[in-house]
Amino acid sequence: MKSSPSSAIAVRLRDVSIDFSGNPLFTGLHLTLPAGKTTCILGPSGCGKSTLLKLIAGNPDITYRGTISFSPPGLEVSWMGQNDLLLPWLSLHDNVMLGARLRGEVDHYVEEKATALLHSAGLATYERALPAQLSGGMRQRGALLRTLMEERSLLLMDEPFSALDALTRLKLQDLTAAMTREKTVLLVTHDPLEAIRLGEEIIIFSGTPAQVETISNLPGEVPRHAAAPETAKLHERLLDRLLGENHEHR
Amino acid sequence: MNIGRVVTLAILLLLFWQLIVLISGAPAYILPGPWPVALAIIQHWSELLPHLQTTLIEILLGLLIGSFLGATSALLMTLSPLLKRWLLPVLVISQAIPVFALAPVLVLWLGYGLASKVAMAVLIIYFPVTSSFYYGMQRTERDLLELARIMGATTPRLFGYIIIPTALPSLGAGLRVATAVAPIGAVVGEWVGSSSGLGYYMLYANARMQIDNMFAALVILAVTSLSLYFCVDGLITKIHFWESPKERIHEKTS
Repeated sequence: MKSSPSSAIAVRLRDVSIDFSGNPLFTGLHLTLPAGKTTCILGPSGCGKSTLLKLIAGNPDITYRGTISFSPPGLEVSWMGQNDLLLPWLSLHDNVMLGARLRGEVDHYVEEKATALLHSAGLATYERALPAQLSGGMRQRGALLRTLMEERSLLLMDEPFSALDALTRLKLQDLTAAMTREKTVLLVTHDPLEAIRLGEEIIIFSGTPAQVETISNLPGEVPRHAAAPETAKLHERLLDRLLGENHEHR
Repeated sequence: MNIGRVVTLAILLLLFWQLIVLISGAPAYILPGPWPVALAIIQHWSELLPHLQTTLIEILLGLLIGSFLGATSALLMTLSPLLKRWLLPVLVISQAIPVFALAPVLVLWLGYGLASKVAMAVLIIYFPVTSSFYYGMQRTERDLLELARIMGATTPRLFGYIIIPTALPSLGAGLRVATAVAPIGAVVGEWVGSSSGLGYYMLYANARMQIDNMFAALVILAVTSLSLYFCVDGLITKIHFWESPKERIHEKTS
C-alpha cells in the first residue's frame, strides 16, 4: 500500500441499495474509501453501518443492488468486531494465528510473526494464557493482532472498542493508529471522539434510508490527542452537525 | 465431588435403608436390610462377578457405539442441510417409540446374547447424544462463522477449531445423560431374554426367593453405574479445560 498515491481509491461503491426486511437501508449509495488511509463511518445504532461493513466483507447473506469495485481487483479483507471472538480453547498466541490455523498455513514464519506482534502490543508474557484469564482490553488487543496477522489490504473494524472502558479505549485507539499506519482501514463507530481520533476521513450516516456526508482533509496527524484544542474543535463541529441532524428529524 | 462427601452420602443412604427396614417391619423376603445384602455380596461374589462382567460389557459397548453413531449423525446433519431435513424427523420418531417396547423384538431378532442388549442401550442413548451435539454445533456464534469465512477457513479445520469445540459442553451434557441411562437399556434387555448379566441374575434370584441375592445384584449395578458416571463426568470436565481456568492474569501497568 505504501506505493499507492494518497488519492488512490481502494473501494468504490456505486449506486448501492440494500433492503432490510422490506425497508430500504440505503438507496443509491455512493461511497469511496481512499487507499492507505483510515476512514471512519459515524452514525447512530441501526443506521446500517454494520450491514455496509458486512457487504464489503462479501457476506453472502446480504443481497444488494449496485456495484462494488475493489482496487486492485479481488482485494482481500480482514475483519474485527465489537466482540473479541477469541476462541476460549486456544492460547492467545494460537488465537492470533487463527487465520493461518484455519487455512492450514501455520509455519515457522507465522509463529514468529505472531510472537513479534504480541511483543509489540505488550502481550509477550501472556502468549500462553487462555482468553478467559485476560482482561477485556487485553483480549481486544489480541483480536486486533489477529486482524493484523492476516496481512490483508483492507481492514474492516466494526465498533471494535465500544465494549471497553474509556481509558482502555483511548490506549487501544493509539495502538490501532500506530499499527495500521499506511493501511486501508474502514472503522465503524458511534463515538464521535473515536472517529476524530482515528479518522483521516469521516463519513457521517444519518436517517433511513441513510444519507451520507463525507468530511475529508481533516487537520493533524492520527491518532489525534483526545485533549488537544484542534480535537476539541473538531469534536464540537461534529457534535453540532450530529445534533442538528437529530433535531431536524424530530 | 470429593471422596468425603461420597462416603458420607453412602453412609446416610445405608442408614436410611436400615431405618425403613426397622420402621416398616418388612420381612426379609420383601426388603432385606443392608447387612444381609452385604453378606450376600461377599458370599456370592464369585457367582456375581461373571454377571457383572456381562452387564458392564453391554453398557460400555452400548455407550461407545451409541455415542459414535450419535456424534456421527449430528456431524452429518450439520454438514448437510439436506440430510438434516430427512434425518431430524427420523430422530424424533425414534424417540416417540417407547424403546422398552422394542426389547422383545430386539431379542427375537438379535438373540439372547450380547447383541440385543447392546442394541437396546444404543437405541436409548442415540437420541440424547445426537440432539445435544447437533444443537451444540448450531449454537456457534454467527460472527465467528463469518470471521472464519473471511479468513478463508477450510471446512475440516472450521469444524476442528471452532464448531466442534463450541459444541463440546453440550455434547458433554448429552454424554452424561447417556451414561446414566445406558445401564437401563442393558438391564431391560437382560430381563426380556438372556442367560447372563445382573438383570438376568436378579430375575433368577427372585424366582428362587433369594431376595438378598437379588438386592446384592441391584447394589452392584447401582455402584457400577455410579462409578461409570463419575468416570465419564471427570473425563468430560478434563476435556473442556477452558470452562474453569485456573487463574486470572492482571496486567502490570507501566
